[in-house]
Amino acid sequence: MADVLASLADIYTTIGNLLTRLFVDVLGASPELASGIIKFLGAGLLATSVLLILVFNIWFERKVMARIQDRIGPNRVGPWGIFQTVADLAKLFTKEIIIPDGADLVPFMIAPVISVMSVVLIWAVVPFAPTLIGTDLNIGALYFVAVSSLGVVSILLAGWSSNNKYALLGAFRGVAMLVSYEVPFVLALLVPVILSGSMRMGDIVRAQSIPFLVVMPVAALIFWIASVAEVGRQPFDVIEGESEIVSGYHIEYSGFAFAMFYAAEWAHGFTVCALMTVLFLGGWRGPGAEQIPTLGIVYFLGKTFLVYFFQVWTRAILPRMRIDHILSFSWKFLVPLSLVLLVLSVLADKLGQLYIPGYAVAGSFVDLLPRTALLLVVNLIVGGLAALWVAGLGRRERRRQEAALSVASIEGRAAQQAR
Amino acid sequence: MSEWAFIALLFVISAMLPMVPIVGGRLLGPHKPNEQKNSTYECGVETVGDTWVQFKVQYYIFALVFLVFDIEVVFLYPWAVAYNQLPLFGVVAGIVFIVTLAEALLYAWQKGALEWL
Repeated sequence: MADVLASLADIYTTIGNLLTRLFVDVLGASPELASGIIKFLGAGLLATSVLLILVFNIWFERKVMARIQDRIGPNRVGPWGIFQTVADLAKLFTKEIIIPDGADLVPFMIAPVISVMSVVLIWAVVPFAPTLIGTDLNIGALYFVAVSSLGVVSILLAGWSSNNKYALLGAFRGVAMLVSYEVPFVLALLVPVILSGSMRMGDIVRAQSIPFLVVMPVAALIFWIASVAEVGRQPFDVIEGESEIVSGYHIEYSGFAFAMFYAAEWAHGFTVCALMTVLFLGGWRGPGAEQIPTLGIVYFLGKTFLVYFFQVWTRAILPRMRIDHILSFSWKFLVPLSLVLLVLSVLADKLGQLYIPGYAVAGSFVDLLPRTALLLVVNLIVGGLAALWVAGLGRRERRRQEAALSVASIEGRAAQQAR
Repeated sequence: MSEWAFIALLFVISAMLPMVPIVGGRLLGPHKPNEQKNSTYECGVETVGDTWVQFKVQYYIFALVFLVFDIEVVFLYPWAVAYNQLPLFGVVAGIVFIVTLAEALLYAWQKGALEWL
């Protein structure tokens, strides 16, 4: 009985051992072949579940958005409209894939494949539970930055090969925006790496006895904004911009080629939520998750969906920004802010390590309290000053516009009286 | 190496996953092209001129600034991993590197490279 409970507590290792025994003892395969087959099964399961969870996510997003906008949302297909996405997929599958005249066929068909790949590959390093992770690379953090930037290539390929001016415009804007937000994204990603002293995603989660969101809230906010921009969601959806460039780079796609872009974009939205959870919210950590690894995935998915809800929320309430405002916001605010934050935090932390007694960089909740308090103070000061600075800029700009407006109205009245 | 075997497998599978429905949709779906359907979609207006036009130099400048930053940020990662073992001198050296980076940003800013004209 105790054996069964122990094996249920770590169900992932148990299943792995059972499969190994099945292949080696029953079917007579060599251990290397068995581990290869298990890896293959795991990769297949991971890739399909990333895409299958979209069926739920798209329904979830439409339903939440509808409620925020005081509508009902999908409610016809199945209970609460939960099979709406399935119906949409069935419709898309029976549609013709149109290849427009003048399109460059090879990049045109490769682009949707690359866009899905760039998202699915990220999940290889996401830890779901202490014993459940695709592969715990020692350069995990760098790996997912490298892989997710493949998405930029797919956008540029799709925009360029479509032979359509709207698609080209969308691709140009997209590339300018995505590369601009890559910089604050990568700078904010340095923070978990510094705090945990490792690029291994499993180690980053294990170092979070106190979630890094509490230790470095400003870095978490920068990472969040940059990752929403990386996905290209509202308020950063200039890549698509339905009302100005009629959905941008995938305007000429139809049928399942279009569905793949759509799926990749939605999956990317969910993926950055998972990354946010792993890097700043403690991933699978929760009461009892260390002892019972099976619970880890519950905490992980719970936190990820909470973050996803926030993403849908921002998406529903914010209007689209203009491309020059978006780029200025990245280069003139987020990048300087993350540089200043990085410098001040590492300096304060290193001085704390050297001069404050009882200052630990790893350990349990209580051990980490001095470091958390110090870095939290630094963060609040930097964040507060940045907020005051932006508020001052905004006030000055508003005064300038009001002054210009009143001068214009006085001149207008004078001109009317002269007539 | 066995760590990367999983990624190689996932690479192949994630390429197959979108390819199969696209090829399947192409084979199973209707295929009736005509001149109107295959023309470039610009909201019903006849398209004028070449699509592959010259683009604003500003995109290129942003890409250049990005390239400088991204490469220099990659150098910060080994420093970040070793951070807990570094003495104060090592941290200050890293900060000098970041300040140099910030100075490059200020230079580009002052030169007007970050303005969208």
